[in-house]
Amino acid sequence: MDWGALQTILGGVNKHSTSIGKIWLTVLFIFRIMILVVAAERVWGDEQDDFICNTLQPGCKNVCYDHFFPISHIRLWALQLIFVSTPALLVAMHVAYRRHEKKRQFRKGDQKCEYKDIEEIRKQRFHIEGSLWWTYTSSIFFRLVFEAVFMYVFYFMYDGFRMPRLMKCNAWPCPNTVDCFVSRPTEKTVFTIFMIAVSSICILLNVAELCYLLTKFFLRRSKKAGNPKHHPNHENKEETKQNEMNELISDSCQNTVIGFSS
Amino acid sequence: MNWAGLYTVLSGVNRHSTAIGRIWLSVIFIFRIMVLVVAAESVWGDEKSAFTCNTQQPGCNSVCYDHFFPISHIRLWALQLILVTTPALLVAMHVAYQQHQEKKLLVLTGHADPKHMEEVKKHKMRISGSLWWTYVCSVVFRLLFEAVFMYIFYMLYPGYQMVRLVKCEAYPCPNTVDCFISRPTEKTIFTVFMLVTSSICIVLNMAELVYLVVRACTRRGQHNSNPPSGKGSFYGHKLSEYKQNEINQLLTEQDGSLKDMLRRNPGLQEKGDRCSAC
Repeated sequence: MDWGALQTILGGVNKHSTSIGKIWLTVLFIFRIMILVVAAERVWGDEQDDFICNTLQPGCKNVCYDHFFPISHIRLWALQLIFVSTPALLVAMHVAYRRHEKKRQFRKGDQKCEYKDIEEIRKQRFHIEGSLWWTYTSSIFFRLVFEAVFMYVFYFMYDGFRMPRLMKCNAWPCPNTVDCFVSRPTEKTVFTIFMIAVSSICILLNVAELCYLLTKFFLRRSKKAGNPKHHPNHENKEETKQNEMNELISDSCQNTVIGFSS
Repeated sequence: MNWAGLYTVLSGVNRHSTAIGRIWLSVIFIFRIMVLVVAAESVWGDEKSAFTCNTQQPGCNSVCYDHFFPISHIRLWALQLILVTTPALLVAMHVAYQQHQEKKLLVLTGHADPKHMEEVKKHKMRISGSLWWTYVCSVVFRLLFEAVFMYIFYMLYPGYQMVRLVKCEAYPCPNTVDCFISRPTEKTIFTVFMLVTSSICIVLNMAELVYLVVRACTRRGQHNSNPPSGKGSFYGHKLSEYKQNEINQLLTEQDGSLKDMLRRNPGLQEKGDRCSAC
């Protein structure tokens, strides 16, 4: 079970996403997960081995490393990516549930069911409306929350996004204050800034998707509210009323009613 | 065989699980196995090489590491995850057995065409009858394994916290020696994370157990109040139809020896069957 398996799982969700959602997923996999696996993991690979303190005191290096790096950048990013991609599974579960219901209707031989066979149900793409809209919007909201929380944790833990070359440490058992040198600080800074930038782009994409969904929702609602004449049932009622009136007009010749013509 | 292989095996079981069972499986694979593979394994990767003791005495390092870490967290988690996911295979075996029985029945009734065989393979089994008991046993075993491993963890590493420093006086270390553990904070964070997900999985398993028991009691209550409406499985019906057909055939072919035949094969006669010759 690794990033490849996560890609398989989330690839299925892609079919039911909006265009912005598909772009977000691509950015996530190519610019974050792939960069993490092929590049960042190598940069941080020797982070403890090459963390050198200016002392021979055994244990000082371990303690100072632990003090300055409570949790490594790589692990934080891995957790962030897992948490950020998981809300999409809510949508996948909802779609699977809807598909299951449609299959049940189809098997019962429901007249209302318009599918020719089970394969069509399996391949069908669901529109994001109704309860699926709420699930989708919640998943985007959770994504945003997780992204923001992890960005904050990063900033809080590492006091900004820059990796210094030198750290001064005086935790026991280090004698007095000891200079400790971080391995590849510039390269780490570059990758940290890159990952933060891509994370911000993902946040923007999520915000844009949220706005798009809300706009679509309100437009649909205002269409329904603002054009009642176009509602088919309402049209039938109008026609029935008109028919009745026409009957009344043709029955009683004396009453000529003007203005009822539609 | 690795975690991906296990994922393939268990995905098949997913189809016959309850909704809670599917959520449980997703939590196991995404928040436990995946986190173990992509993050935790690299945290514990250098646990022995970076375990440093304040001594030059050869062998002291190894002995102290072995004394404080009889079995590494990573290996314990791997064992826990394997044992916890394996009871689902009981369900898979039972489902495979039921599918085999259905296929045999199709062959006997002369419906052994590929379309019907595919249908048997694809249709979702209802969790009722003996499958219900197998499923409940698998959930109980899962709970048991989770609880046992949480207890072992607590016994081996009290408090679930990884300390920075341990004092060791095992031979051949001279007197008491300070030994420093690598990345203790990061290890504590991941230990707590895995503990929390383990607790979530325990809660999900208990919820699933309660759901199954409640559903069984409800179904039993419905069955008691509406006896003829018990549907059973599609193939259970086919089985009774097949038996009825056999009885009818025997009735038309041999009038005289029917009673003997029925006497010799008591299994052919069911409670609800109507037998005019008897």
